[in-house]
Amino acid sequence: MTTPLTKADVERIAELAHLELSDAETEAFTRQLAEILAMAMRLQEVDTTNVPPTTHVLSRHEALRPDEVRASLTRAEALANAPDGTPEEGFFKVPKVLE
Amino acid sequence: MTGPLPSFDAIRLAIAGGDTSAVDVCRQALDRIAAGDGRLNAFNHVMRERALQRAAELDASRRADDPRPLLGVPIAVKDNLCTRGAPTTASSRILESFVPPYDATVVSRLEAAGAVVVGKTNCDEFAMGSSNENSAFGPVRNPWDPARSPGGSSGGSAAAVAARFVPGALGSDTGGSVRQPASLCGVVGLKPTYGRVSRYGLLAFASSLDQIGPLALTVRDAARLLEVIAGADARDATTSPEAVPRYTDALTGDLRGVRLGVPSTLLADGVDAEVERAFLQARDTLQAAGATISDVALPHTVYAIPAYYLIANAEASSNLARYDGVRYTSRAPLDPADATLTAMYDRTRSEGFGAEVKRRIMLGTYALSAGYYDAHYLKAQQVRTLIRRDYERALGTVDAVLMPTSPVPAFPLGERLDDPLQMYLLDVFTVSANLTGLPAISVPAGFTQARLPIGVQLVGRAFDEETLLRIADSYERLVMWWKEAPPAS
Repeated sequence: MTTPLTKADVERIAELAHLELSDAETEAFTRQLAEILAMAMRLQEVDTTNVPPTTHVLSRHEALRPDEVRASLTRAEALANAPDGTPEEGFFKVPKVLE
Repeated sequence: MTGPLPSFDAIRLAIAGGDTSAVDVCRQALDRIAAGDGRLNAFNHVMRERALQRAAELDASRRADDPRPLLGVPIAVKDNLCTRGAPTTASSRILESFVPPYDATVVSRLEAAGAVVVGKTNCDEFAMGSSNENSAFGPVRNPWDPARSPGGSSGGSAAAVAARFVPGALGSDTGGSVRQPASLCGVVGLKPTYGRVSRYGLLAFASSLDQIGPLALTVRDAARLLEVIAGADARDATTSPEAVPRYTDALTGDLRGVRLGVPSTLLADGVDAEVERAFLQARDTLQAAGATISDVALPHTVYAIPAYYLIANAEASSNLARYDGVRYTSRAPLDPADATLTAMYDRTRSEGFGAEVKRRIMLGTYALSAGYYDAHYLKAQQVRTLIRRDYERALGTVDAVLMPTSPVPAFPLGERLDDPLQMYLLDVFTVSANLTGLPAISVPAGFTQARLPIGVQLVGRAFDEETLLRIADSYERLVMWWKEAPPAS
């Protein structure tokens, strides 16, 4: 079974995934993703009528806890790895989004 | 050095008794790494100062009856586990200068148990790969043959233990990433039950499949590491509250009454002849020592690879969305004329991620996108349920499923790099344990004619690592493959 996957599909997926692909990458991914999806199409052989999807493999316990304030990272620590952070003011800086 | 390395208990007792010091043990490990890692590239970062300081603190606080189970034991951890103040890159350019402000729970637990974390091991980028060739910092080389892959994605951890740089290490296993490199490097590797070990501080790849696990020379040392890292953690809501047994107490060496199942149909084709021979020999050894062997049917496991790659990559595409140029160190330089938010996202991710990570993000995005979700992602999660039912049925009649860990021994670097699909097929025996959440262990089972290690794998019942470890340890006592060390450089 083959999966029709076009260069345009790959470009659309890249846009959704926020990736900029070179022409060579787009070409390679079009071929490779088609091969991988052809393998994935084997799943269509399986009768899954009335089979629930797995959401948790081993749900044996409640994962609720009291909603209490606890120590966490300081603002300066949380901002320390930001490429353009301002620990003093407490902001992540990004390119302008509003005119 | 390729002589025998002392066990964790021998190291602990020697330090507690004053026969040696934690600093000496640590320095020897650092010296072995310095002498040998230029050849293997197993480490992304060696934490020399932090390790020596930590060892000195242990020497100052040690007692003759010191209760700390890993007192002074040097341990390496995979570079996708956060270490406070020390670089954590997941072998990706996008995290090249990331320094976490906190320790992963497993790192805190290792240190609380007296271990000395000596460094961060190389791996496939974001743990995505089966050969370690997807690292931004170059592949790790297999200590048994440096022209070959150590397996992946925890290849650095496996190579560091196999080369006797350190007696133990941690890796992460999403589709076999602890067990397969353990098999290819001739060491023990364990993937615990999903929820047995906290994932807090593990850079997420596929959250419903990821589990941190130990690598060591012997089953006993792997069991000791699991004792230390397992257990509930308020910071990971998927951890189980079930009590953590003393796994080392389960190692009785007794195989009588043990029932093992072999999925013969799964072994029918695609397994290397030497791997098959070693597997059958291991089966016969176990049988001769008192285990009963029967055939088990796992009819849906032939669909495990496609189900796995859809689910894992869907989760990966979501988890890796956080690397956006805002929070984690890397941001691509932007042309002032096009300095938009979208350009920042797109360019940062395109420059920061390697080819395999991009390929998987693309696949996952596709599987989750409108119009394809039901056909791919939902279908895969339904097949996952069927695979879980297969294992539930099988493990109702046997104590563990026995099969090879990898269909092939270590392969030459570069051999499979251009064909991602062929690389994915290598995970045929390992992905089911992640899809089902079940615990699984790989143990050395001999060598090929060319002296490349071969491993066998046992998959057991949820939260019953004790049975798995007991069988693996009993087998190890009969064969003692761990005493074989790779050639020195």
